[in-house]
Amino acid sequence: MASVILRHREIPDINKLNIYKKNGGFVAFKNAVTKMQPSEVTDVVKNSGLRGRGGAGFPTGVKWSFIDNKNWPHYVVANADESEPGTFKDREIMESNPFQFLEGVALASYAVGANAAYVYLRGEFWQVAAFLDEKIAEMEAAGYLGENLFGTEYSLKIYTHLGAGAYICGEETAMLESIEGKRGQPRIRPPFPAVYGLYGKPTVVNNVETLTNLPLIIQNGADWYKSLGTPDSAGVKIFSLSGRVRKPGNYELPFGTTFRQLIYEHGGGILDGHPVKAIMPAGASSSFILVDDKVLNTPMDYASVRTLGADLGSASVIVIDDTVSIDWVINKTIHFFKHESCGKCTPCREGTYWMMHLIDRIHKNGHSKADVDLLLNVARQMQNKCLCPLGEFSTMAVVTGIERFSQDFKVVSRNS
Amino acid sequence: MSLAKKYSKEVKQILSKYPAEHKRSAVMPLLYLAQREEGYINKEAMQEIGKLLDITETEVASIVGFYTLYHDKKEGKYRMQVCTDLPCALRGADQFMESLCEHLGIKVGETTADGLITLESVTCLAGCDKAPMFQLQSPDGLEYHENMTVDKTMELIEALKKSGTEVK
Repeated sequence: MASVILRHREIPDINKLNIYKKNGGFVAFKNAVTKMQPSEVTDVVKNSGLRGRGGAGFPTGVKWSFIDNKNWPHYVVANADESEPGTFKDREIMESNPFQFLEGVALASYAVGANAAYVYLRGEFWQVAAFLDEKIAEMEAAGYLGENLFGTEYSLKIYTHLGAGAYICGEETAMLESIEGKRGQPRIRPPFPAVYGLYGKPTVVNNVETLTNLPLIIQNGADWYKSLGTPDSAGVKIFSLSGRVRKPGNYELPFGTTFRQLIYEHGGGILDGHPVKAIMPAGASSSFILVDDKVLNTPMDYASVRTLGADLGSASVIVIDDTVSIDWVINKTIHFFKHESCGKCTPCREGTYWMMHLIDRIHKNGHSKADVDLLLNVARQMQNKCLCPLGEFSTMAVVTGIERFSQDFKVVSRNS
Repeated sequence: MSLAKKYSKEVKQILSKYPAEHKRSAVMPLLYLAQREEGYINKEAMQEIGKLLDITETEVASIVGFYTLYHDKKEGKYRMQVCTDLPCALRGADQFMESLCEHLGIKVGETTADGLITLESVTCLAGCDKAPMFQLQSPDGLEYHENMTVDKTMELIEALKKSGTEVK
C-alpha cells in the first residue's frame, strides 16, 4: 500500500517543491480555498474519522468545530514539540515530507479562518526549524502562502517558533504560554484553546502527524480515508517502534495491525531472540502491558488496546524483553517526569519528587515491601489530582508496573 | 554588547513574527540570539531583552531558568548532551555514557580541562531508533549525532579540537 504520511520513502525528493507539486501537492489547498467553504473542509475531516495523533486521540474535525466564531482573530498552532520518550515520528515527517505537513497547516488554518499559524518545535529541532523556514519561504515565493491566495480574500502566514527544552510544552496550553513568551506552564482548563487560546483568541492546536493527513483526506475524500483503518480508528498511523527490537524505526501501518506484526514482521523480532516481556504502547507515559500470545495478536487500534488496560496514545511502542527488570524501567520514567514537571501544581511537583526518592532508595537498599507499598501509594494519591496530563502520566508506569509485574518488586536484599 | 545594535536585522525579523501588541513572544528567539555570543546569557543581555520587550529582567531570567537549553553561566564550548532516557537506555546509552566518561576523564556534568566539552545527560531527544545518540549544543546552534559509538565520538571530539575555532 502506498504511504499516506511517509511518502518520501517512495518519493525521495518529495521535500522539493516541484516534486511535491508533481505528486499532487497543493491541489487540496487550492481547491479548498477557491471552491470550498471553510465549514465544508471541517465536514470532510469530521467524516473522515481522523483523530488527533499526538496522543489524546480526539476527533480532529470536532475539535475544529468548537472554535468560537464570535471572537477574532483565530490561530492555528502545529504541535511539533515531540518530546515523549519513544516518539520520533514528527521529526521524520518534517525533515522528509515538509510540504505535505505545511499544506496540512494551511488547510487547518483555512478551515478555522486563521490568517496566522505557528509551528511550535522543540528547541532541539533547531535544524528542522531552519529547514522549515526555507520551505515556508519557498511556498511564499510560489504563491501558496501570503496575501490574497489564489486571487481570493484569504491570506495566510506560517511562522516557526522554537522552544528551548521542556517536555511540558507539548501540553497545548503550556505551548500557548510558551509562544506568548512565558514559562511553559499549563493553564487551567476550561476554557479550552478553541475559546481562549493564543493571546486569548480562539486557537486550534494539532499534532504534526494529524495535520500531515489533511491534504490527502481533502484530495481523496473522507470515505477513502475511512477505508484504510478499522471502524473505530480510521486511517493510518505511524508506529514509532523502539526498545529491544532488531529494527527500531517508524512504521506507517493501518490501524488494526497487530503487535506481533509490528514487532516481528516490521521490527525484525527481539534482539538475541529473547521473548517480549512488556510493551509500553504510548511511550514513557504508558501503562505496561504484560505480554502473552493474546496480547501479541491484539490489533493496534484505540479500542482494542484499551481492552489490555492501556492506551494507544501516540503509538510510540517501547518493547521490553526478559533481560530487563520493570523496576529499572520505572526508575527511568520517574526520573524523566521529575525532571520535566513544571512545578505549577503541588501533586505533580511533590509527587514526582517523592517517587524519585523512593525509587532511588529502593534501588540502593534493595526492595523492601514498605518502600514499594509507599511508592505505589504516592502514585495513587497523585492520580486525578494533577493540573495537566503530565502528572497523571508519571503515575501510569509506576502503578501498572508494580501491579502487573509484582515479581520484579519482590524483596531482593535487605541488610538490616 | 548590544543585541539591537549588533544584530539589528535579526532582532527586527524576530519581532516581525509576532503581533506588535504581543512582542513579549519574542523573548525566546532573542535569548537564543544572546546566547550566540558566548554560549550563555549574561545579565546585560537579560536587561536589554527586558527593555526591548517591556518586561522586567526578572521575568526574562525566569524564562532562562525554566528552559533547559538556555544557560546563565559559562561551561565548555560544546555541550555534549547524551540521551540516557528509557528508549536509548534499552539500547545501551548508559554504558555508552559510562565509557565516554572514562575516555574523557570526567564525570557527567563536568567539563574537560581544555574547556572544549561539557558532558551532560539529558532526557529524550526524539532519536530513540538511533541510539546511542547525543546533541551537540554550541553557541551557533545544535546538531544531532546518531547511531554513535565511543570511537566515533572521540574522533568527532578530535575534529572539534582541530577545527581551528579557538577555545577560550
